[in-house]
Amino acid sequence: MTELTKRERMKLPPTEMPERDPEIRRTGFMEVNFGYDPDLAVIEAQRCLLCARPICIDGCPVGIRISDFIHHVALEEFTEAAEVIGIDNSLPAICGRVCAQEVQCEGACVLDKKGKPIHIGHLERFVADFVRENSPLEPPPNAPPTGKRVAVVGSGPAGLACASDLITMGHEVTVFEALHELGGVLVYGIPEFRLPKDIVRSEIDGLADRGVEFRTNTVIGSLDTLDDLLTEEGYDAVFIGVGAGLPKFLGVPGENLIGVYSANEFLTRINLMKAYSAKAQTPILDMRGKNVVVFGGGNTAMDAVRTAVRLGAGRASIAYRRTMDEMPARVEEVHHAQAEGVVFDMLVSPLELLGNDDSRLVGVRLQRMELGEPDDDGRRRPKPIEGDIFEQPADVVVIAIGNVPNPLLLRTTPDLDRTKWGTLVADTDTGRTSKKGVFGGGDIVTGGATVILAMGAGRRAAASIGEYLATGEW
Amino acid sequence: MNTILEVRALAPDVAYFRVEAPKIAKRRRAGQFVIVRVEAEGERIPLTIADSDPDGGWIALAVQAVGHTTTVMNRLREGDDLLDMVGPLGQPSEIELFGTVAVVGGGLGTAIAYPVAKALAGAGNDVVSIIGGRSRPYVIFEADMRACCDEVHPCTDDGSYGFHGLVTTKLEEVMARRTVDRVICAGPIPMMRAVAETTRPRGVPTIASLNPIMVDGTGMCGGCRVSVGGESRFACVDGPEFDAHQVDFELLSRRNKAYLDWEAEHKQVQP
Repeated sequence: MTELTKRERMKLPPTEMPERDPEIRRTGFMEVNFGYDPDLAVIEAQRCLLCARPICIDGCPVGIRISDFIHHVALEEFTEAAEVIGIDNSLPAICGRVCAQEVQCEGACVLDKKGKPIHIGHLERFVADFVRENSPLEPPPNAPPTGKRVAVVGSGPAGLACASDLITMGHEVTVFEALHELGGVLVYGIPEFRLPKDIVRSEIDGLADRGVEFRTNTVIGSLDTLDDLLTEEGYDAVFIGVGAGLPKFLGVPGENLIGVYSANEFLTRINLMKAYSAKAQTPILDMRGKNVVVFGGGNTAMDAVRTAVRLGAGRASIAYRRTMDEMPARVEEVHHAQAEGVVFDMLVSPLELLGNDDSRLVGVRLQRMELGEPDDDGRRRPKPIEGDIFEQPADVVVIAIGNVPNPLLLRTTPDLDRTKWGTLVADTDTGRTSKKGVFGGGDIVTGGATVILAMGAGRRAAASIGEYLATGEW
Repeated sequence: MNTILEVRALAPDVAYFRVEAPKIAKRRRAGQFVIVRVEAEGERIPLTIADSDPDGGWIALAVQAVGHTTTVMNRLREGDDLLDMVGPLGQPSEIELFGTVAVVGGGLGTAIAYPVAKALAGAGNDVVSIIGGRSRPYVIFEADMRACCDEVHPCTDDGSYGFHGLVTTKLEEVMARRTVDRVICAGPIPMMRAVAETTRPRGVPTIASLNPIMVDGTGMCGGCRVSVGGESRFACVDGPEFDAHQVDFELLSRRNKAYLDWEAEHKQVQP
C-alpha cells in the first residue's frame, strides 16, 4: 500500500456502512447493517490521520488504542488490529454495533469538526467479525490459578467484562444469571436486527472456553443470598452487575390497560422469548395494521418502535417530550428508524392512556410541550403549552422511559449502602461497595446507561478485585 | 437437573410432580413460586411450590393442563427433566401466630393454599381449610390439609362430595360459629373476589394469592402488574399475595384474557 499524505487522506470521503434495504428489513429481524468488507475497511482506515495525540481514545470509556488498531487495518493487518482492540475491550463485536460512537470516540475525532469523523465503530465491528469468522484469536493465557474464587452476579455487559478479566488473572469465576439465557440486556433487550444473538453467544462461549463457569436460572438474593456466596459457598469476592431491571411506568391513568407494555416486557417477549417466531409459545399482541406509540427517546425506545414496525404495525411512532435534538438515542438508530417509516411525534407528553369497556387500550391523550430553559444536564426542559391537549388512537403503547434498580438482591443484603434512588453505592474507580469483598458496577450503580459504560465499570472492578484478593486489604 | 422424581394424577387434567431441586427445597418458604420452561422456544410459566422436603431435596408442583405448555408438562414422566426451573420467587407468605386462620382453596388453588395452611399450622395457628371443586375428583390435597388443619371442609358445586355449595357459603358458616382472625384464599378470580366480599363486612384481614400473566418473574418486565389499592404492584416481586380487599380483581381478570385471541390463532396441534 502506498502511504497517503495527510492532505490526500482528508480528501477521502467517509465509507458508508452497507445496510439492508429498509423495505426488506421492515419485514424481518435480520441484522440491518451488513458490515464492511476488507476493502471498505481498509479505505475507511486510510482516512485516519493517525494523530500524534489521538484524542479519540479519550472519548472511549475503556480507552481502546484506536489509532493503533486503525493503522493495522489500513495495513490489512486485521489480526494485529484485533489484538490491539483486545487489550482494552473483550466484547468488540458487540461494542462496534451498539456503542454511541458519535458521542464517544467519533465525537472526539478531529475530523468530527468537518462532519466526517472516522467510522471507528464500523471498523471495530469489522475487525471483530473478520477475525472471529476467519482466524479467531488465541485468547490470552490465564495466569496460574490463584486459588481464589469470585462470584459474578449478572451476565450482562458489566458481568461479562468483569469475568473476562478475572479469569485472565487466574481466579476461579462463576457467573450467575437469573434468566434461562446468558447475556442480560444483550439478549433480552437489544433486538436481533441490531445485535445478532449468535454474536453474543460466541463471546460467551469464548469466556466459557477460557474457564468461566456460567449458571443460569439462579437468582442471587433468593436462592443464595450474597452472604451465602461469601460464607457457605466459599467465594472470596462478589461482583454485582445485575443491571437496572425494574421498568419505570409513566404514572398516568390507564397504565394497566391491555395493550400497555413496558419496553422490557415488549422486548423480552420478542428477543428472549422469540414471540415473533411461529414456533414460539410466548404470545404478543397482534400489531398488524395497528397504531403503536412508544414513549421515550433513547435506544430502547428506538428498539421498541422498530420492533413494532417489524411486527406489522400500521403506524409506529415515537412520542417524546422534547425534540429530535435532545433525544438520547444513537444517531444511527434514529436514521434507521426514519428509513423504516417510524413517525416521530416530538414535544408531546402523555396525560392519560384511554381504554374501552374491556380494559383494552384505544388511545392516548397527549399534552403538547415546548422547550424552556436548560435544566441541570444542559438539555432544555420541556414545559406544557397550556390548553394544547389532544387525543390520538393507539392499540399498543410501549413505555421506554428507563428502569430503576431491581430490588431482589439488594433487599436481602441490608448492609449494602444504596442511594435514595435505590442504586448501589460503589466507588467509580474501584467498584468497592460498603460491604467487604463486594464490588459493583454497571446500571445497578449508575442507573440506566450504556453497554460500554457497564463494561468499563466491570473491568475497573475486576482490577480492584484482583488487588483485593492479592492483598486482602479493604 | 430438575429431574422429575414422581408424577401422578391429582384430578382430571391436574398432575402432581415431585421435582429434584435440593437448593430450592432448602430455601423456599410458603407462598413462593418457581418459573418453569419445558421446551425450547417455550414460554416461562409460574408454578406455586406446593410442598418441599429439604432433606429429600425435592419440591412439589401441581399443574393443570389448560394451555399448550401445561399440557406438554403434564405429559412428562418420572425421570424426565424440566428444561429450566428458577426460584424460589416472590415474597413468602406472612406467617405469624394470628389465632384462627381460614384457608380457602378453589380447584388448583388448593395446591397454592396448602403450603400456606401447613406453615400457618406450624406457627401454632388453628387452621380451618375450605377446599372447593366442581365435583368430587376436583377436590385436591384433602389428605394433606387434614394432616395440618383443625377443620377441613371439602365443597363441591354439584354436591357429589362434602358440602354442596360455594366455598364462600361455607366460609360464612365457619365465621358465624367461630372467630376467624385472618383468611387466605387462592383459586379462580371470581372465587377470590367472592371471598374478599364475604370477609369485607366483617373486617377480617384477607389475603389473596394472585395469578397474573408473567414473563420473567424477577421484576424485570412488569407484565404481572396488578392494581392494589389503586397502585400498580408487581405480583412477581411484591406478591404474589396481596390484601384481597384492595385488589382490583376485575382488571386482573381482564388482563389474564389479553392473549385469548393469540391462543386461538396459534393453537398448537397436539402431537
